[in-house]
Amino acid sequence: MGVELLCWNWERERIGKEKYQRQSGRCPPPPRSNPASSFRPAPPCPCPTLFYSPFAPPLPRSARLHFALCSAHSHLFRPALRLRGTSRLLGSWTGFLALGSVRLFFGSAMWSGRQGRLRPVGCVVEELRCRRREREAALRKARREQQLISKRLLRDDVPVEAEGGCVAMILGEAEIQQFLQLAQRGTEEKERERALVSLRRGLQHPETQRTFIWLEGSMRTLVGLLTSNQALLQLEAARCLHELSHSEQSAVAEACLPATSYLLTYLSGHSSDFIELCLYTLGNLIVESEAVRRQLLPQGIVPALAACIQSPHLTVLEALGYALSQLLQAKEAPEMIIPSVLGSALPQHILRLLQPGPKLNLGVAVEFAWCLHYIICSQVNNALLISHGGLSILGMLLLDVAGAVQRTEDAGLELLACPVLRCLSNLLTEAAVEVMGGPNQLEDEHVVAALFILLQFFLQKQPSLLPEGLWLLNNLTANSPCFCTSLLSMDLIEPLLQLLPVSNVVSVLVLTVLCNVAEKGPAYCQRLWPGPLLPCLMGTLASSDTEVVGQSLELLQLLFLYRPEVSFGPGTPILRPLISPWPLSFPSYSHFSGPGKPVWTPGQNFQLLFGKALFEIEVG
Amino acid sequence: MQLSPALYSRLVGAPGAAEPLPVERDPAAGAPPFRFAARRVRFPRDHEFFEDGDVQRHLYLQDVLTQVTGTPERPRVPEFTCQVAGCCQVFDTLEGYEHHYHTLHRNVCSFCRRAFPSVHLLDTHILEWHDSLFQILSERQDMYQCLVEGCAEKFKTSKDRKDHLVRRHLYPADFRFDKPKKSRGPATPGATVQVSSEARGDEGEQSGGDAMEVCSEHAAPLPEPVGERRTYSHRIPSTICFGQGASRGFKSTKKRKEHQ
Repeated sequence: MGVELLCWNWERERIGKEKYQRQSGRCPPPPRSNPASSFRPAPPCPCPTLFYSPFAPPLPRSARLHFALCSAHSHLFRPALRLRGTSRLLGSWTGFLALGSVRLFFGSAMWSGRQGRLRPVGCVVEELRCRRREREAALRKARREQQLISKRLLRDDVPVEAEGGCVAMILGEAEIQQFLQLAQRGTEEKERERALVSLRRGLQHPETQRTFIWLEGSMRTLVGLLTSNQALLQLEAARCLHELSHSEQSAVAEACLPATSYLLTYLSGHSSDFIELCLYTLGNLIVESEAVRRQLLPQGIVPALAACIQSPHLTVLEALGYALSQLLQAKEAPEMIIPSVLGSALPQHILRLLQPGPKLNLGVAVEFAWCLHYIICSQVNNALLISHGGLSILGMLLLDVAGAVQRTEDAGLELLACPVLRCLSNLLTEAAVEVMGGPNQLEDEHVVAALFILLQFFLQKQPSLLPEGLWLLNNLTANSPCFCTSLLSMDLIEPLLQLLPVSNVVSVLVLTVLCNVAEKGPAYCQRLWPGPLLPCLMGTLASSDTEVVGQSLELLQLLFLYRPEVSFGPGTPILRPLISPWPLSFPSYSHFSGPGKPVWTPGQNFQLLFGKALFEIEVG
Repeated sequence: MQLSPALYSRLVGAPGAAEPLPVERDPAAGAPPFRFAARRVRFPRDHEFFEDGDVQRHLYLQDVLTQVTGTPERPRVPEFTCQVAGCCQVFDTLEGYEHHYHTLHRNVCSFCRRAFPSVHLLDTHILEWHDSLFQILSERQDMYQCLVEGCAEKFKTSKDRKDHLVRRHLYPADFRFDKPKKSRGPATPGATVQVSSEARGDEGEQSGGDAMEVCSEHAAPLPEPVGERRTYSHRIPSTICFGQGASRGFKSTKKRKEHQ
């Protein structure tokens, strides 16, 4: 078993490597390495010991699995990793991780009991982190090239003992034909089903996929099986189709087009598992290419989704959210898709599903929050969403997320926090919100408290999301004396200042928020100074980033303007003349300061009179 | 980042906000070289500001492997048969039974025992095939409704509707759930499956030809057209039943309404 197992794992690694690299942004495939040199046994998965911790609130398996795998996940395990879950039946996550390669089974709440069976993590973790960084870099690159395509895969594969564990086989033409024939014309039902199962397993491999789509009549047969009255055959055929839809080869996914009308028809059915499968397949196809969407839209995908969203099944809803988010993420969405989505009943249902409460399901909420984000940031008709109560629902959802963050230490919640923050921030810029009072306003101190709790959470778990949180804070405080007063009365200035050292982007944002407060007049500046603000400002003025310095000076000017009585006698901090030690070259202003020609030009000397102190600043 | 405990209690406390402090702006505030102006900022979808969050989102999409209905893994229950009268399919998982029921028994026409994937298609079928009033009305006005939900177009004939489906909605020409009533002929020639070297294929249907036919070996009222494969009937063991007896439960109108 040893040698066979290891060979198989190498094959999986090679497959997995290609697959993830291509999936993460359509990078060109790397040159095939020498098999012998990349041969290495698959280590036991260390992630359960490091990253999983059972927690009380029942989150759907997707979020938990993400958490369990997020830091440790690597392509090495992707084909081999399967999650078994009985969550749908039992309502709580008692899934166990099955590693096809090493055949270890873990009970979810029993991680500690199994730790003894795992190797010390050590360098393996470092390797996994490295891979994750690579994937992140690939995703960033793909995003800049507007080629960000990610698909979701539903796969259940029992490593069948009898077959020796090799799951993704490459099937040749003859074998595919044989399986199709057997599935179509076999006598025994079980025999037909087995044939399709074998075909599906083969279709996990890209080569089999290619062979399949080039085989004449194969898709036709598969569609025939998909629409047969044999329930199990139908399901297996749908799974085959799902494997094909997940392919990163465009041609393979586009070959699934003949099935789309049926997939849409089945969305109005009743079998929740089947509908879930159809939705994930559709979601994968949607993201594939504009050609696919050009077919799906006239086929009525939007009304079909609008009907399906009324399903009570959480798994169906999560799948629907995924499919819809893929549809809304398309490049042509603002012109071609979002108007019809807004014209349907979808927005009301989305907002309904995002309402906080005991029925809120994290997996479902994440998907629909992203849907809402894509709709809102496209700025097609945000007033409609506001009229449906979007602002207050999102506000309450923010409170809910902040509450959840306090209750549990685990990550996964930032996946929901991020789109909610973005939606709120963008919605706040709409003119409809300017109307004073009424339900279109967020005037609550709760929102500020929630936001700061989230900022603290981000600081610990995901610092890259701090700018987004601070962006919301800017949008809240910019034109609102109410929120500025809340910041002061709730003593939030000091926590805000603690964020300054994180990064330059964060510093600029913090200073912008402080400027928002200070520019409201003397009553506000009185609460800002004296205090911890001044020493922090001395620090930011010495920053090497021109934007930080610029924003610090803006803030200083406002403070001195509204607090001229601050004296510089003994006992007050000495403000030394500042001479810029670094060349302040042509600074570009951030989005928050606004466009326009930069203020500080090289060679300029400024004499700023702040109170009774004269500052000389030389711009080098 | 130190947050005071009062903040956490503020989150759950009573809603409300303190009275805002008075705003008093000095015009000198925005004087050059200073130009700060408080303003709300919006970002479009592709802005680089969103890069980090988007990357996290896609990592999540790529990482998640969720379970699909894995029949072997479902908790097994003692074997039971389908409760619908006449259907003797046996199951050992609830999910398998659920899917079988929804596929074969949920939306079944009580007149001709055809099963449909959705209530909408069943209703359309009953209207067009079994409603004599429909036949009369259709001679005078456009009655054949487009099958796509959300499209309110109606047509004079089934063929017109099919053309509309193909042209406007890009449906396949041989869409299975839109068979015209009269034609019980063999599958269209274009449906030949090259995979099999046998005679004209039938898209893998047990019933051969009409996709909506639930039962095959117990002949429907109309004779099977020439050339259709009948070998299936012989090869299916008699113990396998496709719900052909289900009609006994559905014959009366009253029961049909219950199931709708």
